[in-house]
Amino acid sequence: MSATSDYRRQEESITLSSESAGQGETHELLTLNIGPHHPATHGVLRLLVTLEGEIVRDIKPIIGYVHTGIEKTCEDKAYWKVIPCVERMDYLSYYFNAMAFCGAVETLLGIEVPPRAQYLRVIHLELNRIMSHLVWLGTSALDLGAMSMFWYCFRERETILDLFEMSSGQRMHTRYFQVGGVMEDIPVGFAEKLAAFTKNMPTRADQYAALLEQNEIVLQRLRNVCPLDEQTLLSLGVTGPLLRAAGNPWDLRKAEPYSSYDHFEFKIPVGTVGDNYDRFRVRHAELYESTKIIDQALQGLPEGPHITTDRKVALPPRHELATSMEALIHHFKLVTEGFRVPAGEAYYPIESPRGELGCFVRADGSAKPARVHMRDPSFVNLQATAPMCKDAYIADLIATLAMLDPILGGIDR
Amino acid sequence: MPDATGLELIAHDLRDADGESVLGTVFLHGRATVIAEPSRVHGLLERLKDRGYSFLASLHGCDYYPEEPRLGVLYELLDMHEVDRISVKARVHLDAPHIASVVDLWPGANHPEREVYDMFGVVFDGHPDLRRILMPEDYEGYPQRRDFPIGGEPVLFTHNEENSYGKWQ
Repeated sequence: MSATSDYRRQEESITLSSESAGQGETHELLTLNIGPHHPATHGVLRLLVTLEGEIVRDIKPIIGYVHTGIEKTCEDKAYWKVIPCVERMDYLSYYFNAMAFCGAVETLLGIEVPPRAQYLRVIHLELNRIMSHLVWLGTSALDLGAMSMFWYCFRERETILDLFEMSSGQRMHTRYFQVGGVMEDIPVGFAEKLAAFTKNMPTRADQYAALLEQNEIVLQRLRNVCPLDEQTLLSLGVTGPLLRAAGNPWDLRKAEPYSSYDHFEFKIPVGTVGDNYDRFRVRHAELYESTKIIDQALQGLPEGPHITTDRKVALPPRHELATSMEALIHHFKLVTEGFRVPAGEAYYPIESPRGELGCFVRADGSAKPARVHMRDPSFVNLQATAPMCKDAYIADLIATLAMLDPILGGIDR
Repeated sequence: MPDATGLELIAHDLRDADGESVLGTVFLHGRATVIAEPSRVHGLLERLKDRGYSFLASLHGCDYYPEEPRLGVLYELLDMHEVDRISVKARVHLDAPHIASVVDLWPGANHPEREVYDMFGVVFDGHPDLRRILMPEDYEGYPQRRDFPIGGEPVLFTHNEENSYGKWQ
């Protein structure tokens, strides 16, 4: 066996039970503050770690450093102006935030999204999922000491951001999803560029695997480190790749298909023991599956409108304004007041790169939402840090935090 | 989601177990909601959990200003086997915003309950560590309440630095 395993076996003979903690000169608990400004915390996360030697005995995450009151701001905006606000919550999965919000409002309005818009949404959601996983992979590898992965991952991420720029004009926080559909149809040349990307992506993902999976250091840092069983994860409310790594194939894209996800063939990668290695492998395998979905959505892209034809909700086409008085009135009403949503409540869950992202919207009949709440997966998943890292090494805490993939913008909102 | 009939059946069973726990049901936009009596919501959630709705997907607050009881706590429950969702809503009065904590049923309710306490001031009795989570610990007021003004928080700029509480002494 490898050197680390031997080392760990030797460690087993040393008793470091918590009863002996804090007594005598040789056993002393050390409380260490990590963060809020620390590259390994992936944002502005502060951890109060109680250490006994190198062993983590307790963790208290302290959050709220980037709380900007987005949910409160949303209550002061017309529905269509809320979209750019919610996109800034989880800043790596902006399409997902917009999708959850638009889905909730569409449920309240009871409008149908045209098939082409649904497919375009799927294309962008899955591109966003790949992009989010690439940032995770690059920064996590960086935490483990692998510098070059970061550059390779960000190279592919650039291609995706170029595609986003092409379809919406923005690289991040694109405001591409609208209530009732998407902002614009994809431009000429987008499909070709996307096809080239999806052709390229599996090869790139193979290369990442070749770089990391054959690396003894990476394997020793990840295998059998900080596992957590499925039942504990479920009781903690953990969803997404973390739950799938523990062997539960729960994925809302399959379980409760939204936005035509039932039209596509894809697999749900699952792990076996739920350690850091499984978490890594599940996300890595999702890169391939998302690429497959994009390919199918691009090939089967239906013809038709890209946004609902309901003029009470969606802006009329620009050329109609010059000739149609009605279109002009609709345009004016939508831009000034926005559309009104009948009173009611909706909770719209989708599968974000980190788990169940649910948007709760309460409408009171006016043009502004009375309450917007995001059930952000990072916020809930963060509770799993302490049970995962308890009695592990502090170096493994850093690796586990990376594999947890918390996005502080989503946690603090 | 259970359909409207399914929701009534569930509510009927819940009433059989505890007659005063269910105040009503709402079925709107395909969303099934059980309106619960706040003092008995813990038992009701426990019964729903035993019924199969074993995953607490989300817990959030909502301010129904100016209606009374004002503060609402919403539990989004999920049955992962039947792929079925049900929502439970309990509304508490502003002068006595107390509700039982469900951390003993779902340890994952810890952070969401702290968030609801932080933003709305609903006190979860029995919560192991009920502190503010997103706002600073010494913060006064509950910012997500509807009568809390937007922009009520002074922003520290150079011109108001002198009389700001954030000024370095």
